[in-house]
Amino acid sequence: MSTLEIRDLQVSVKLPEGDLKPILAGVDLTVKSGETHAIMGPNGSGKSTLAYSIAGHPKYEITGGTVTLDGDNVLDMTVDERARAGLFLAMQYPVEVPGVSVANFLRTAKTAIDGEAPKLRTWAGDLRKAMEKLQMDPAFAQRNVNEGFSGGEKKRHEIMQLELLKPKMAILDETDSGLDIDALRVVSEGVNRVRETGDTGLLLITHYTRILRYIKPDFVHVFVAGKIVQEGGPELAEQLEAEGYERYVGARV
Amino acid sequence: MTTEATIAPPSTKSQVLRSFDVAEFPALNGLEEEWRFTPLKRLRELVRATALTGTAPQVEHGDLPAGVSVRSVEKVDPVLTPFDRVSALAFGSAAGVTLIEVAPEAEPEQAVVIRLVGKGGEAAAGRTFVKVGAFAKVTLVLEQTGTTTLADNIEVVVGDSAQLTFVTVADWDADAVQAQHVKLRIGKDARAVHVQVALGGDLVRQFTSVEYTGRGGDAELWGLYFADAGQHFEHRQLVDHSVPDCRSYVGYRGALQGVSAQTVWVGDVLIRAAATGTDTYEINRNLILTDGAVAHSVPNLEIETGEIVGAGHASATGRFDEEQLFYLMARGIPEGEARKLVVRGFFAELLNKIPVEELRERLGDAIEARLAETGA
Ligand SMILES: Nc1ncnc2c1ncn2[C@@H]1O[C@H](COP(=O)(O)OP(=O)(O)OP(=O)(O)O)[C@@H](O)[C@H]1O
Ligand SMILES: [Mg+2]
Repeated sequence: MSTLEIRDLQVSVKLPEGDLKPILAGVDLTVKSGETHAIMGPNGSGKSTLAYSIAGHPKYEITGGTVTLDGDNVLDMTVDERARAGLFLAMQYPVEVPGVSVANFLRTAKTAIDGEAPKLRTWAGDLRKAMEKLQMDPAFAQRNVNEGFSGGEKKRHEIMQLELLKPKMAILDETDSGLDIDALRVVSEGVNRVRETGDTGLLLITHYTRILRYIKPDFVHVFVAGKIVQEGGPELAEQLEAEGYERYVGARV
Repeated sequence: MTTEATIAPPSTKSQVLRSFDVAEFPALNGLEEEWRFTPLKRLRELVRATALTGTAPQVEHGDLPAGVSVRSVEKVDPVLTPFDRVSALAFGSAAGVTLIEVAPEAEPEQAVVIRLVGKGGEAAAGRTFVKVGAFAKVTLVLEQTGTTTLADNIEVVVGDSAQLTFVTVADWDADAVQAQHVKLRIGKDARAVHVQVALGGDLVRQFTSVEYTGRGGDAELWGLYFADAGQHFEHRQLVDHSVPDCRSYVGYRGALQGVSAQTVWVGDVLIRAAATGTDTYEINRNLILTDGAVAHSVPNLEIETGEIVGAGHASATGRFDEEQLFYLMARGIPEGEARKLVVRGFFAELLNKIPVEELRERLGDAIEARLAETGA
């Protein structure tokens, strides 16, 4: 049983000239193993900023608040330490890494996360199965990480990593965007398999309610202008589907 | 870092002075376009000497496959007429020629590996001549190690329809100095893949020139260099398209780390009026790993005919891609290891051009060891 606690998190993005632009204005959120939380908000509200700053992207500066995983201070950790502590971020825009094969990348990541190399005897089979489950051609193993992958292939690759690396907490940043309906189903099934283990807490970031028809959230948080403005159960998603964000965005102005 | 792209006026590269006599070339002062990036002092005697008397690196090799011979001969008709002073100096001073011959139609399965081992001493001159017979297909590896102050010429003749993969590795000791000219003469429908690797030495300057003798010739020039603190690696190419329907591709990649690591890449491609149907592309990429390293990169195309298939150039010099590092680290991979993956990935395409697994692995390991040195 793990708990991710985000308290009054304030984050600025570092601008090229060195200035800071405040984005997150005090976020409070608690996610436990087995729970699925949806964060929904309009474009530019700071959803990715929340995801990236928890993962430790150097572009963001934490200006206040805390993030802990089972009591350990996540903000003190380097990016790789956070991942080894059990955090996972499925990215909105997965990065291409030329010259590094998917197979090599995944074995290296698995070794780093588990603290030991996966068993040679079973690894190839595990990898093949993981790819099959996400309906990825085995040929992807020999391709370079994300290089030339379509948008949908990149997302499937992210969820495949989620299944292989078995994190304590996973943040999925707009995993649904850019997916056609078949790919959305394949990806959602992958997320649901992880969910059913009960070992992983899920934070699903999305703009649209579409994915929530496949993955039923336990909690829904409405995210506007860098903070959570309303919280509720799955019914809140349905309300957003019907009404959109205007009500919240309008209320601020 | 500097990046310049120039479309030069026609015929500049084709009109340079060519001569076997060192005395016909003015003494170098460093202001010459061709030498402006080279720290001449570090070339030692090679700058001013009119004759070199030291002992050239020793030629070593194991059993040779059928159809391949390596001998020392007194002279061979040259296919290179030197167009710089040091190359002419090497010509005039070389005591003999190491002649590597591949018989026509020979297709040895194994790569032929020849080592040139520098034993130090006075500045020396060397000459190597590679003759690949028509329809032969061969991989030739030239490993250059040890210590030396060397001016040398390598002439390579690729016979009609022959296919040569020619890998040269300059992995000299830290104090070694080399100024080398590699000349490739590509026959009709012949193909040469040249992979030039520079890792070790105080100063290594390699000039590669290419000419074609018949239609359908294809030259790929690949380069891989990794300069540490204080090292100067310089690679220049002149691909002279004077025959129609030939192809060239120049792809050099380098990594630099440490104070005053310096690399120079100058790629000249000349498409003469007669060379219709030419297809050429040149690209140089540099990865700066630490502060204090400088990469110069100058692509240069001279085009005298518009009737070509394609001609292009590109040059990019940059630092580690933060997003790549972040992605790998976000999967638990420690920073040092992530950097190794990225750098190995940066060179992977080039290493994969080397059809000798043992050498590929060794070079990959050498590159990773370099990264470990500075923890870059
Ligand atoms: N380098 C930057 N310079 C200026 N503003 C930035 C920079 N990076 C991010 N921002 C701003 O930060 C805000 C939050 O961005 P973020 O990517 O977190 O939003 P989001 O909610 O994920 O949006 P989307 O739904 O489009 O993915 C946006 O207004 C964005 O323009
Ligand atoms: Mg976003």
